Amino acid sequence: MEERILRANQEAFDRLQLAQPTIVGIGTAGEDIPGMDKMTVLHAGPPITWDRMSGPLRGAIVGGLIYEGLAKDEAEALELAASGKITFDSCHHHNAVGPMAGVTTFRMPVWKLRNEAFGNMAYCTLNEGLGKVLRYGAFSEEVIDRLKWMEKVLAPVLKATLALAGPIDLKTMIAQVVQMGDEGHNRNKAGTSLLIRELAPYLVMTEFSDEDKRDVLKFMHSNDHFFLNLTMPACKCALDPLEGIENSTMVYTMARNGTDFGIRVSGLGNRWFTAPAEIIDGLFFPGFTKEDANPDIGDSVITETCGIGGFAMATAPAIVQFVGGTPQDAFNFTSSMYEITIGESTAFKLPPMNFRGSPTGIDIMKVIETQIRPIINTGIAHKNAGVGQVGAGLVRPPMKCFEDALEAFVVDAQSRGLI
Amino acid sequence: MKPLNGLFGKQLKVVNLGLEAFYEDLKSQSVEVVQVDWRPPAGGNEKMLSLLGKLKGKK
Repeated sequence: MEERILRANQEAFDRLQLAQPTIVGIGTAGEDIPGMDKMTVLHAGPPITWDRMSGPLRGAIVGGLIYEGLAKDEAEALELAASGKITFDSCHHHNAVGPMAGVTTFRMPVWKLRNEAFGNMAYCTLNEGLGKVLRYGAFSEEVIDRLKWMEKVLAPVLKATLALAGPIDLKTMIAQVVQMGDEGHNRNKAGTSLLIRELAPYLVMTEFSDEDKRDVLKFMHSNDHFFLNLTMPACKCALDPLEGIENSTMVYTMARNGTDFGIRVSGLGNRWFTAPAEIIDGLFFPGFTKEDANPDIGDSVITETCGIGGFAMATAPAIVQFVGGTPQDAFNFTSSMYEITIGESTAFKLPPMNFRGSPTGIDIMKVIETQIRPIINTGIAHKNAGVGQVGAGLVRPPMKCFEDALEAFVVDAQSRGLI
Repeated sequence: MKPLNGLFGKQLKVVNLGLEAFYEDLKSQSVEVVQVDWRPPAGGNEKMLSLLGKLKGKK
């Protein structure tokens, strides 16, 4: 059995290394995301019912329903959300990912990415910016107005820009940013800069007013995390082909919905293994403490699942100014992740690790054997809807997710007569 | 005893697994020492050890 697992994990790891995530355009959730309709709201993390959702996720859903015109205010939105008329589902079940609450509704514009190695697609909404935003559960008029501007100006300008620019190779771009001080999850300054550099020559050639072009450039420039909504679907489309490799113990999904943390394992198909999401430990903005924090939320942990984010923390030492600790701690975190992964990235080489590839391919057996849980670098949302980000820090998945997955893996192997 | 006596006559290079207090004591006496962050497999959880054993072909 051990030999079968090793071969299956090598297959899973190799598929991930072959991935070629590429931006192929801008679409809308309704037109492009499989299984989407006007009464469906997608969210981050494993599936969850309305009654169990946390503050930020509920707030984001309220905002999404108002944006879609399905409710005129908070009270109507709450009633509709609880009525059973709205279908809630994981972004992950629809080839999509979303940061923080990850709420994706019918009219929202989305990045369209294709993994050119296997042809599979991935989608993600465009990043709204910092402060009071939908993904942190805010739903004020300002939030809705910004979403409408993104739909009516930002997305059409970027769509026309991409039509002129052609497909953009994100694997090469991410390989560059991890050598420029980014790690692709909680630090995306370099990625946002490279993206603007790539798009600008074509953006200025589009048939929009100078004001619109200027506003789009300023919008991207003002948000250091604009690139996060590209690293996420890049990792998603790279990992999705790993679903269902028989006998593989490699993790191909990690995600949180603000209540539960969930993982999916290659050899166990699309089954989720969930446990209560933990509270993040880190640095809080003035006036906020750990008491204000919501449990871990968002699909952005797909970056760690792919070997970047917290796994590449050594390459982004400046991040410790936001999450706490020292550059030596960042180095130590990356070093420890080599203990629980199957291999080292062939694309993402980390200069502080002497250009070793980032530790990639979480193996549930190694996590349990070493008791080292994956390290995640993330933002912290206020537990109440509408407040926004209150800090940034480090968190790990609950060990129970890996234990339950290991037990299921053994039961599955026994049922197939392999042990 | 002779091999052991020979050992103690040489400069010791120590690898310490486990309790960091031993590492600190040796370091304070200028003994060359490396601390290894060792922990029991699966945290000693017998159920997990049994599951891992099944996958590795051990009874």
